[in-house]
Amino acid sequence: MEKLILRRVDRNDEEMILNFGPQHPSTHGVINFVVETDGEVLRKAVPDVGYLHRSIEKIGELVTWPGFMPYTDRVDYVAAMFPNEGYATAVERLLGIEVPPRAKYLRAISCELCRIASHLISVGTMAMDIGAFTPMLHGVRERETINDLIEALCGARLTYNYHRIGGVAFDLPTGWRDRVLAFLDHFDRFLGEFDRLISFNEIFVRRLANVAVIPREQAISYGLVGPNLRGAGVDFDLRRDLPYGAYPDFRFEVPVGKGFVGTVGDCFDRYYVRVLEMAESSRIVRQALEKIPEGEFLAKVPRKLKPAAGEALARVESARGEMAFYVVSDGGEKAYRVRARTGSFLAMGIVEDVSPGLMVADLVALIASLDVVAPEIDR
Amino acid sequence: MSQTAEAGRIHHRTPRIGANPRAVVLGTLAFAVGLPLLLFSAILVLSPVTRPATVGAFLRACAGLLGLDVDPARWSQTGQYLLYGVSVAILAFVLINFGAVISGMTVWWEMRVSSRMQSRVGYNRVGAGGFFQWVADAVKLLLKEDLVPAEADQLLFRAAPYFVLTGFALTFVALPFGESLIASDLNVGIFYVVAVTALVVVGILLAGWSSNSKWALFGGMRSAAQVVSYEIPAGIAVMVPVLMAGTLSMQGLIRAQGAWPWEWFVFRNPAAALAFVIFFVAQLAEGNRTPFDLPEAESELVAGYLSEYSSFRFALYFLVEFGNLWVMAAVTVTLFLGGWQVPFAGPDTFARLRGTGDLPGLAWWGLQLVSMGVFVVKTLFVLNVIVWIRWTLPRIRVDQMMNLCWKYLVPGAFLAFVFTLGWELAVARAPALERVTGWILFAAFAVVAVLFLRQTRRNLELVGDRVDLTNW
Repeated sequence: MEKLILRRVDRNDEEMILNFGPQHPSTHGVINFVVETDGEVLRKAVPDVGYLHRSIEKIGELVTWPGFMPYTDRVDYVAAMFPNEGYATAVERLLGIEVPPRAKYLRAISCELCRIASHLISVGTMAMDIGAFTPMLHGVRERETINDLIEALCGARLTYNYHRIGGVAFDLPTGWRDRVLAFLDHFDRFLGEFDRLISFNEIFVRRLANVAVIPREQAISYGLVGPNLRGAGVDFDLRRDLPYGAYPDFRFEVPVGKGFVGTVGDCFDRYYVRVLEMAESSRIVRQALEKIPEGEFLAKVPRKLKPAAGEALARVESARGEMAFYVVSDGGEKAYRVRARTGSFLAMGIVEDVSPGLMVADLVALIASLDVVAPEIDR
Repeated sequence: MSQTAEAGRIHHRTPRIGANPRAVVLGTLAFAVGLPLLLFSAILVLSPVTRPATVGAFLRACAGLLGLDVDPARWSQTGQYLLYGVSVAILAFVLINFGAVISGMTVWWEMRVSSRMQSRVGYNRVGAGGFFQWVADAVKLLLKEDLVPAEADQLLFRAAPYFVLTGFALTFVALPFGESLIASDLNVGIFYVVAVTALVVVGILLAGWSSNSKWALFGGMRSAAQVVSYEIPAGIAVMVPVLMAGTLSMQGLIRAQGAWPWEWFVFRNPAAALAFVIFFVAQLAEGNRTPFDLPEAESELVAGYLSEYSSFRFALYFLVEFGNLWVMAAVTVTLFLGGWQVPFAGPDTFARLRGTGDLPGLAWWGLQLVSMGVFVVKTLFVLNVIVWIRWTLPRIRVDQMMNLCWKYLVPGAFLAFVFTLGWELAVARAPALERVTGWILFAAFAVVAVLFLRQTRRNLELVGDRVDLTNW
C-alpha cells in the first residue's frame, strides 16, 4: 500500500502528493515523508526512511568487538553516550565481566549529562519548528557548556567513544566536579526561564495541546518507548523498573504525561515530559557526583576479546527511549551480529496512523514531539 | 571559551580594512549616520517645496545661492509644469531610495536585536557591529545566479516581485514624516495607503502560483488567505481614528491629535485602544511577520512562496518585507500615536514661524526637523516592538489564524467602530470626556509599563542574570 502511494500521480486537482523532505529544516535529519493532502489537511503521511543508512550493524561484523565502539556513537549522535553504554553492557554480559562501581557511576554521570544535552536539542527544535527561534538558541547555549564539560572528560563534543568494554576510558579531570555542579546550579534556574519563555506560552500551547493524541494502548501496541511512551501516560522507565549500572543507588522521579494542558498523550505531554526529565537528570548527576566511590574505572579486560559463542541483550534508557543492543558471538574476534533496536525507528511506524486529519503544521509538531533523529532510524 | 576556539584563531587573517578597529568603527558610524541623515535631509528639504506654488521660488533661491539668476516665474506654463514634474520625480526617487535604505537598516537592527535575544554574537564582521552586512547581502544576492525554473510561468514569475515592490514603494508618498514633510497630502491619505498595500497580495499569489512548485503554492495560498482576511479588521480599525479625526488625510489625522501621550488617539478613547491592538495585530499579519509568518514558515515550507526565487528577485521580496516594517510602524504611529506632533508647538507656532514669504524661514525648517525627529523616534520604537515580537513568539497555525481574524478581530473591530460612533456624539456634547479618558488610560498604561519592567527585572534575578549593556 505504501509503495503505491509513492508512485501514484495526482488523480485529481484536490489532492496533492508532496514530499516532505528529505531535505527539510524540520524533519530532524534526512527523513522523507510522502504526504497526501487535501489542501491543508492531511489524508495520510507515510514515512520514507533509509536516507541515512550507513550499514552500521553490518560494520559490527567487520570490526573487532572493542573497535566497534566509535560506530555506536553514530547510531545516535545527538545522545551518543547511550549507544556506547548499550553496546558495552551487551558485550560485558557476553563476556561475563563485572564493571567496577566507579565506572558505573561515571557511566551514569556521563549518560545523564548527555540526556540533558539531547533533551535540550529536542525541546529546542520543537520550539523552533513551531516558530519560536529563540528558545532553541538558549538551549544550544546550555548544551555548549555540557559539550565543554564532556570534552574535558573524554575529548569529544559529539561522538564521545567514552565507554569501554569493562568500564570507561578516562577518569574525572581535576576540578570537573565543581564545574559540573556550577553548571547544574545555573541550569536549574535556566529551566525556569525556559518554561516562562516558551513552555506555557499561549500560542505554543494552542499549537500542541490536543494535537496528535496517542493513547496508552496505541503507544504500547506500536512499541513506543521513552518520553513518547511516558507522554502517553504509561509509567515505565528502564532506569527504575529494570535498573542497570548505578541507577539503583539514585532517587529520582519519572515524569509521566497527564494531560498538562490538554489530553494525555498529545504533543504537549511528550514535550513537557522531556522538560521535566531534564530536571530529574540534573538531580541524578548531583547525587552521583556526591556518592561516587573511589576505585578503578576500567575492569581488567584482555586485549583481544573473544567471547564464547552465545548471545546477549542489553537495554538502556536512552534520551529517545529504550535502546536495546543484541549481540551474537560465534567465538571470534568480531561479532557475528550486532543489532541496535532504537526508539525512533518504532516512532516512524506510528506516524502513518496518527497523521490522518492533521494539518501540515501539526505534522511538523508530531514529528518534533516524537523526537526522532534520522541516525537512529536508519543506522 | 574553550581551548579549541583559541586554536581556531591562529589561522584567521585580518582583512586590510579591518586592520584598524577605530577606523572601522568611525567609518561605520559615518555611513550609518550619514546616509540616513542625507536621505532625511533630502526629504526635509524637498517635500515641503515640491508644490506648484513653491517649487519655483525654491529653484530661484537655490540658483541665487549659486550666483545664478534663474526665475521660473518668467518661464512658460509648460516650463513650469515641467519643473514641477522634475521636482516630483526627484522626490519620488529620494523616497524610493529612502525605502530601500531604511529596509536595509531595519534588517541590520532586526538581526542585531535577534542575536542579542538569542545569546549570540550576531553580525560582527562587516563594519562595526556588522552594520554593512545588509549591503554585503544585497551585493551577494545580485551576484547570484538568476534562476527561473523551466516549468514556471515565465512572465508571471518575473513580474511578481514588481507588484510587491510597487505596493511597498507607493506607500511612501503618503507617509507624514513631519508637519509639512509629506510628498503628497492626499485627502484620502489613509485609504490610499490601505489600498496600495493590498498590491502585495497580488505579488505573493503570483509568486506562489507561477513557481510551479507545490510548496510555493501552499505558501502563496496561505498568504493570500491571511492577508486578505486581515485587511478587514485592519480597515475597520482604521475607521476609528478616522471617525475621531473626521478626515482620511494623514496630516489631518495627526493634527487632530496632540503631542502629549494623553492626547494621542490611542488613549483618548477606550475603543481606540482596542482598535490599536486590533490594527497592530492585523498589520503583523499583513506583513507576514511572526506570529503570522506561515507563508514563509521556514520550518515547514522552507521559504514558502519564495522557494524558487533567487538573486535579485529574492532580494526584492526581502527588501519589501523589511521595509514594510517601517511602513507598518509609520502608519500605526500616524493613526494612533500622535505622529509628528511636537510638545509645546501647536499649529500656530508653525504658522508663525513660516512667515508670509514665498519660502519659509529657517526657524520653520528647524521645527520641521524636530517634528521629523519625533516621528522617526516613535516609528523606531514601534518597529522595535514588532521585531521583539517576532523573536519571542511562536507561529500560529492557519486555522487558528483564521479563527482569530474572523471570530475575534472582526467583531472586536466592529465593536470599536460602533462604540466610537457613540463616543464621538458624546464628546461633541462634553469635550472633557476625552481629556479625562486620555489621562486615565495613559495613567493605566504607565502603571502597566512599570509593572512590566519590574517583572522583567524579577525574571532576570530568578535566572541569576543581570542587565549588561557593555555587550550590546
